[in-house]
Amino acid sequence: MAKVPIWDLPDVPKGELPPHLELQRTRVLCNSDAPTHTENIQYSGAYASMGVDNSVRLGQFQNNFKVEVIRVTEDDMEFDMIGIDAALANAFRRILIAELPTMAIEKVLIANNTSVIQDEVLAHRLGLIPIKVDPRLFDYMSENDVPHEKNTIVFKLHVRCERGGPRLTVKSDELIWLPNGSEFPLEAANLTSNSTSKPKTYTSFRCSQDSLPEFSENPIGLKYPDITIAKLGPGQEIELEAHAVKGMGKTHAKWSPVATAWYRMLPEVVLLQDVEGEKAEELKNKCPKPCNVFDIEDVGNGNKRAVVARPRACTLCRECIRGEGWDKYVALRRVKDHFIFTIESTGALPPEVLFTEAVKILEEKCERVITELS
Amino acid sequence: MGLKQEDYLASASKQQKVDADMEFLAAPVKSAVDKFQLLPEFLKVRGLVKQHLDSFNYFVRTEIKKIVRANDLIRSKVDPSIYLRYKDVWIGEPSLLESGINEKLSPHRCRLSDITYAAPIYVNIEYSNGSHGQKTFPVEKTLPVVKNKVVIGRMPIMLRSCCCILHGKDEAELSRLGECPLDPGGYFIIKGTEKVILIQEQLSKNRIIIDTDKKGCIQASVTSSTEATKSKTVIKMEKEKIYLYLNQFASKVPIMVVLKAMGMESDQEVVQMVGRESQYGALLLPSIEECASNGVYTQQQALEFLEKKVKRSPYYNPSLDQGGKALVILRDVFIANTLVIQNNFRPKCLYVGVMLTRMMEAILNKDAMDDKDYVGNKRLELSGQLLSLLFEDLFKTTNEEVIKSVDATLAKPSRSSRFDFSQLLVKDNITHGLERTLSTGNWDVKRFRMHRKGMTQVLARLSFIGTLGHMTKISPQFEKSRKVSGPRALQPSQWGMLCPCDTPEGEACGLVKNLALMTHVTTDEEQGPIISLCYCLGVEDLALLSAEELHAKDSFLIMLNGLILGKHRRPQRFANVMRKLRRAGKLGEFVSVFVNEKQRCVYIASDGGRVCRPLVIADKGVSRIKKHHMKELLDGVRNFDDFLREGLIEYLDVNEENNALIALYEGEATTETTHIEIEPFTILGVCAGLIPFPHHNQSPRNTYQCAMGKQAMGNIAYNQLCRMDTLIYLLVYPQRPLLTTRTIELVGYDKLGAGQNATVAVMSFSGYDIEDAIVMNKSSLDRGFGRCIVMKKLSAENQKYENNTSDRIIRPQRDGHDAERMQILDDDGLAAPGEIIRPNDIYINKQSPIDTRSKVSSPAGLEDKYYKPSRQTYKGPEGETAVVDRVSLFTNRNKNLCIKFMIRHTRRPEVGDKFSSRHGQKGVCGTILQQEDFPFSERGICPDLIMNPHGFPSRMTVGKMIELLGSKAGVSSGKFHYGSAFGEPSGHADRVEAISETLVKHGFSYNGKDFIYSGITGLPLQAYIFMGPIYYQKLKHMVLDKMHARGSGPRVMITRQPTEGRSRNGGLRVGEMERDCLIAYGTSMLIYERLMISSDPFEVQVCRNCGLLGYYNHKLKTSICSTCKTGENVSTMKLPYACKLLFQELQSMNIVPRLKLTEA
Repeated sequence: MAKVPIWDLPDVPKGELPPHLELQRTRVLCNSDAPTHTENIQYSGAYASMGVDNSVRLGQFQNNFKVEVIRVTEDDMEFDMIGIDAALANAFRRILIAELPTMAIEKVLIANNTSVIQDEVLAHRLGLIPIKVDPRLFDYMSENDVPHEKNTIVFKLHVRCERGGPRLTVKSDELIWLPNGSEFPLEAANLTSNSTSKPKTYTSFRCSQDSLPEFSENPIGLKYPDITIAKLGPGQEIELEAHAVKGMGKTHAKWSPVATAWYRMLPEVVLLQDVEGEKAEELKNKCPKPCNVFDIEDVGNGNKRAVVARPRACTLCRECIRGEGWDKYVALRRVKDHFIFTIESTGALPPEVLFTEAVKILEEKCERVITELS
Repeated sequence: MGLKQEDYLASASKQQKVDADMEFLAAPVKSAVDKFQLLPEFLKVRGLVKQHLDSFNYFVRTEIKKIVRANDLIRSKVDPSIYLRYKDVWIGEPSLLESGINEKLSPHRCRLSDITYAAPIYVNIEYSNGSHGQKTFPVEKTLPVVKNKVVIGRMPIMLRSCCCILHGKDEAELSRLGECPLDPGGYFIIKGTEKVILIQEQLSKNRIIIDTDKKGCIQASVTSSTEATKSKTVIKMEKEKIYLYLNQFASKVPIMVVLKAMGMESDQEVVQMVGRESQYGALLLPSIEECASNGVYTQQQALEFLEKKVKRSPYYNPSLDQGGKALVILRDVFIANTLVIQNNFRPKCLYVGVMLTRMMEAILNKDAMDDKDYVGNKRLELSGQLLSLLFEDLFKTTNEEVIKSVDATLAKPSRSSRFDFSQLLVKDNITHGLERTLSTGNWDVKRFRMHRKGMTQVLARLSFIGTLGHMTKISPQFEKSRKVSGPRALQPSQWGMLCPCDTPEGEACGLVKNLALMTHVTTDEEQGPIISLCYCLGVEDLALLSAEELHAKDSFLIMLNGLILGKHRRPQRFANVMRKLRRAGKLGEFVSVFVNEKQRCVYIASDGGRVCRPLVIADKGVSRIKKHHMKELLDGVRNFDDFLREGLIEYLDVNEENNALIALYEGEATTETTHIEIEPFTILGVCAGLIPFPHHNQSPRNTYQCAMGKQAMGNIAYNQLCRMDTLIYLLVYPQRPLLTTRTIELVGYDKLGAGQNATVAVMSFSGYDIEDAIVMNKSSLDRGFGRCIVMKKLSAENQKYENNTSDRIIRPQRDGHDAERMQILDDDGLAAPGEIIRPNDIYINKQSPIDTRSKVSSPAGLEDKYYKPSRQTYKGPEGETAVVDRVSLFTNRNKNLCIKFMIRHTRRPEVGDKFSSRHGQKGVCGTILQQEDFPFSERGICPDLIMNPHGFPSRMTVGKMIELLGSKAGVSSGKFHYGSAFGEPSGHADRVEAISETLVKHGFSYNGKDFIYSGITGLPLQAYIFMGPIYYQKLKHMVLDKMHARGSGPRVMITRQPTEGRSRNGGLRVGEMERDCLIAYGTSMLIYERLMISSDPFEVQVCRNCGLLGYYNHKLKTSICSTCKTGENVSTMKLPYACKLLFQELQSMNIVPRLKLTEA
């Protein structure tokens, strides 16, 4: 950098950061070698000497915070979270992955399994099948709880491949919900109980689940009917009962309500100089097809100029700043307080509900902190 | 195989365009990509273990007949007219004679029911019965009896050989037989275990080797090996004189005496034979002088001189000596490979002459010395050769025994029954001999003084690649302890024959080798036709030459398998004609012709055990394989053998390679080029072929991976769930590598993979990743990454006893105090499949009779009270829940009921489990973290594991980085990328530039580094992270099998010290060095506690008087010294029990240790 006498520097207006500091505060600079200024400055007095207050203010946050939903489908959504700290955005992400409960098959009672797939592996596969049910309607099952209609969903799977027939692929739609609970009698109880009363089974449902109002309309099922569970050869058979309980992603990934949830910071592509003519063409071509960030603008008399048309599409492949001198033309940045959040739900709950649930959990946690403190 | 398809399409479309253009068709193959198709063809024709199969097939088809023909007549010594003649021999189908019925055997049945996969050896015999009782008169000869298809024994059959029922079967038929189609065969099944006869490396037989002995004396040695004898002849220059060393002579013998004894009396002739140049004469002079000083001038004198040197056997009887023993030795033992016909010793003399000349050349010029490590001087002994040695020996002993028993019967004064020769043929000898040798691996052939151990090994079934690697392993000729570098070093002549990477680390490094992918090992070939062909082609017979002409400058010696055939004046032309004949198929395809300009010799070799490999023939640098050939190959109208038959491809052995100029690629060929490589990556073996981009790695890394690939868990075989091996490791979800190589596809590793494609982030994380540890994502593990199944076999036998009683298995008790332990038992008393088995559970409710000796009236209906329980309980690690996977019942060899249980345990990775990539980068799992703590990329990708970047700089495994890039491009573009060794020029490996382009096309950075957010803080990391999929192997070393700790526990009976080893729940030893540390630290009480209190403290009574140990009398409550017979002066002290034991042991040896007590 050229030496500039200090008195030639422009005056810095009070209460406002100089542009380079403002840039560092609000943007991650994605240079070709490494990203810089990735950290957030949390200290309220960090810029006190320049008369800038860096403290977090609720009012300010309330004014600035925005959520813009970009895309919502049944299973995934993308939305922008603007004006929030990375720590908070990350907290939502972490809660979504690990702390939102869902129902997943935890216990598998295998009556018969003559397939090539081992019992444990079969149970593991069943566990990972997403179940389409609102977990909020269920309770956690603690250690000394008995399985009942409020904490357990029972499925049964009974398939056999007939001899002489072709091989059979067992798909997840073969899992049948048993609203009345387990059908397998408890062996020990069987001996003592008389024939008139219902035989004791592995669950003690007081009533059928489908008689409950929340399920009568909307029977419990699996999210996808076409997940391969096992393959059976002629003469092989699987008979089992799967008990799903409520749990959290922390314990096992099968209870995670999201396939994944993540965010990225809003890309910002800045042309530091005008890129014109052939150079503009080159820049446009440099950016790979799926991103196609740059466009070419006709500036009249046959002159062309590159413009940043779709900065959001930037995947940070850094092709545009690859090569000698290109970093003088293009700067890749990320906006630190603008998060493009994506949630891919596994199907238990729609993604937007998942997010609100996550907010609730964070709220709860905050409240717990506050109560602990006060 | 995306690439192949494209190539095919491209070539097909081209074909259409210029179909009529004959010029184009005649153009050589432009790129080597096309030639690759030869490889799968080659492997289809030959299989992966073709060397074993060929060798065994040769033995079964040819060698066994030769052996029997050579020993076809056995004649009684008592009555010479009684004889038996073997007419023919052949091996039938593998079968088992069960209660008179021949039952066909399948290999898998043999594995499961612990029997030997063997086939009967049939012979056709003709024998004379002789007449009754009295000696037969030669006049009234009875007609010989002919008996066909007599079984003389059972031969273990190599799987997939021509005798095996699997031979020529297709995939469906194989799976019907319970066999894995990808299994290469080439091993035997002996008593249910799979045994491989390792390839043995040896110095070549019947060849002159010039080298130095320990003292630095130059010697010429020949290890002769004929059907009849094996001998080693050494001619050595010692103190300027030349001597012969032969085992049959007690001391060294001057060579001139030997020559004279063989009839070469004239010194002039000897000098002429060696060479007329003055330097040769000067070297010979001292030897000639010595001979004269010994007073040996004539053949007679020489023989008398030698007679004195002949080694006498300890029980030598001078009266039996007929003299002429020296001549017999010279005829039969000395250079046994040159045959003496009608006492014509001339060829032998000339052979000695050649040896002497070679030796002297080496003295004058050290370069002429032979290199023992040169692959061309080595022969690989395969199962067929080893089995034929063994069979010959067993056959001969059987015959001898037959004669013995015949003579014994005939010698009996009165015989009542009719004498039948064939009845005396006992087959057990051969059957048991073969079975015993193959199962122990100890080759003991007395005739050849051969005692070799460890020739067979149990086939490694840990992973599919391990099995393949085991079949190509070559065990060394040297003992492993020798600290020499020469034989361990990589020989340039190994190129293309032996894998440069695949060798173990440690003591066997460089000695144990592995075959390369395309290597073929030859089998013996008939010499006769080659000899006559040579003479037809103008070789001048040796017998017609004078001694001087032996080294005439204008002609070359022609040697066939170490035998001097004669001379030829135009050696190059002769060699060319021979080669042309070979290419035309008039000569065996594996006959090698090698012109050695330096030694002025043409070596023709047709012997077995040479390594050779196929190469494309080029005429003046233009490949003979044209485009249309390859098209025909692709269309399936041509196969590999057609290429051979039409002279487009030929096999070259190591020696002949010296006469060839081999271009790596077509483009590099010049006019001098004679051959072109088929594919450069075939220089690597099976194990090294798995490594992607091995040519970018530091070489030891590839070696490490070769060793580690064999320990990786994965799929073993298609029939893995039907196998009952003692230990099976399986991966639950094995994958095929995203970055494959051609070798992977050729050997079938893509079908039986041993690893998973893990998304790896190369970054430091959490500190639990130092020293090669890796950090793993818990969610990945939850979803099945690295999950494995360990299966162990438990077996039980229902034994029968002498008194016809037997064990029995009874119904379990359903109540009572043992009921809980018998929970898993079915009503038949055996553990049921699918039951969870815990330590101390009974898995077989067996009872055995109390009395197994004395006679019992009704062995079957023994009363209950005569049985005692002999239940077998499961002794697994506490806390591990295993499951009974399978139960199999079978009848074993002794007709007993046997039960095998497979116990299965599924494990998920835990901290301390070992993982490795395919680049010799092993590491243990350092910690397991939650997914939300893991970093994630802009696309939401979260790595499965994190590897520390410090693993790269010192290891220099650039191949791993390229694998990451290639796999990343592979997943993003949805196609498998290739990384075959040296494959960039031929298109079998993707170039980094191309990979980077693909990455960029899919929005990744060209260098594979991604913008990553921390999962903990949520902020971007201050570096771009190199992230992508790498194929990771889970190795069999798992913490669960190794972890061990103990407080108090079992002790050894004799010393009362804690036991040793994890399996015995042993203590952790404070060893000598640990003790040193404690001493240096001054912690005497700690030493006392560790070595005494926690080990074997013992209270003894010591007599202060005599210093010996006394005892404590509990009745009198006093201590007594048994030596002094009093209770006075006895003190009590503590010492280690081992110390007390030592004192008593010393006392038993009449040494009195006395204790002198300073206190008390």
